[in-house]
Amino acid sequence: MHPAQSIILFTTLSGLGFGLLIWLGVDPTPPTGWVAFVFYAIAYALALSGLAASSFHLGRRDRALKAFRQWRTSWLSREAWLAALALGVSGLHALGLLFGIALLPLGWLSAALSLATVAATAMIYAQLRTVPRWYHWSTPILFIALSLSGGALLSGRVEIASGLLLLTGALQFWVWYDGDRRFARSGTTLASATGLGEQGVPRALFPPHTGSNYLLDEMVYVVARRHALKLRSIALVFMVLLPVLLLQLPMPHLFGLLALACHLAGVLTARWLFFAEAEHVVGLYYGKR
Amino acid sequence: MTALPEKTERTLGLVIDLDTCVGCHACVVACKGWNDQGYGVPLSDQDPHGAAPQGTFLNRVHSYEVLPESGPAQHVHFPKSCLHCDDAPCVTVCPTGASYKRVEDGIVLVEEEACIGCGLCAWACPYGARELDLAAGVMKKCTLCVDRIYNEALPEEDRVPACVRTCPAEARHFGDLADPESDVSQLVAARGGLDLMPEQGTNPVNKYLPPRPRDGWGEDTDVLAPFLEPVAEEPQGFLGWLDRTLGKL
Repeated sequence: MHPAQSIILFTTLSGLGFGLLIWLGVDPTPPTGWVAFVFYAIAYALALSGLAASSFHLGRRDRALKAFRQWRTSWLSREAWLAALALGVSGLHALGLLFGIALLPLGWLSAALSLATVAATAMIYAQLRTVPRWYHWSTPILFIALSLSGGALLSGRVEIASGLLLLTGALQFWVWYDGDRRFARSGTTLASATGLGEQGVPRALFPPHTGSNYLLDEMVYVVARRHALKLRSIALVFMVLLPVLLLQLPMPHLFGLLALACHLAGVLTARWLFFAEAEHVVGLYYGKR
Repeated sequence: MTALPEKTERTLGLVIDLDTCVGCHACVVACKGWNDQGYGVPLSDQDPHGAAPQGTFLNRVHSYEVLPESGPAQHVHFPKSCLHCDDAPCVTVCPTGASYKRVEDGIVLVEEEACIGCGLCAWACPYGARELDLAAGVMKKCTLCVDRIYNEALPEEDRVPACVRTCPAEARHFGDLADPESDVSQLVAARGGLDLMPEQGTNPVNKYLPPRPRDGWGEDTDVLAPFLEPVAEEPQGFLGWLDRTLGKL
């Protein structure tokens, strides 16, 4: 799939922002006053800038609000509703904290809604049977794990963040390993795509058009796959290993910030790979799989 | 609206004969021509006279080679457009309700005024039947020429999709696939019509008729063979002497 900047930024930034909202919501002794203001400002800035980035992926941004209409069937619509609800309830909770009032059940609700938002974002991709690498239970689990570790890192929970980062790294490693085998396991081949398997072994002879088209640009992205192994290593080092090492050092504010910067760079790389490496079955028709 | 109907009153669709399609692309041109001025925004082209032209098409013809276990390879032309699936994944993913499947005839359509151009329906379609129009920012797809088939301003023989009307090889057939007595259903039954990518669970309405097995070269077909027999099995004269001498070395 085409790794569009808009959706890489959207999933990365809003994942971090909602991750922070989850930890702020479940905190039994939440920050109050100006400290609460700063934490919530960071969470809102991340979540909202992510959502704003996602609108750049639309062909008609002027109609973006129509995306709220089909929550009964569409994960994209559910994601929009859950994000709005999560931000609304978190806002109420934050308002209380600014004045030193901690309504803990409201915090739990905001955490649950934020978690559901991240899950809904992942389900937009995990529901697509046409992309075998994504059509798997591990897709929402990985999105949630990344969001929780990033949120723990942002909220300064050193031990939890270190543990979660290591778990997430192990999960990401397995998702890459297993993901490489999912297209073959899906059973979709050029033979099933053309129905010509009964006659013999089909092979794409020539394409329907000499130039490119929307399908090839959007869903048959094959550039830079040859660097995949290097990029996976870079992503894992920056996303997990460096932040975990930096978190063990003294001066938590300085090295914590550095850990966060490394983690963000690592997640952006991993998210780029999430899209760039995903193979859509339509590529079979063009002989590209 | 983006929930799929439990059952449609009719199931209109196409039956495409891979045996007779000659790959002339007339259906591609007829489709682009009709849909450029009919339902919804026109099908735009980008850089049409430049170095890297591309554009929106609702129908495209691929070409494949099939290598059987024995015998020569076969060349198959393969037209592909929306298959108007019964379980269309493109419809249920739509966040706005712009994509829908009609209860009356099963046609999958896009209400372009409600489309936000998120592209998720194109991602959900395994067949590549949907293309985002890069000029208008909305999703385009085959309408089964909904503005022809019910159009009483047209002569009756023209009330079929443009691709079917234009096909010089009669490789494209249009009709109600839910009615077992219809011509298209009979054709599917007689020729073993196939679903594309059945494992994707889309239950496509359009069916593909596989190419018929090709004739082999039986003994009796080679009528000229007796006249082409070598006149002399053993070389004579100088060549014969050369052959014998070299053989002895």
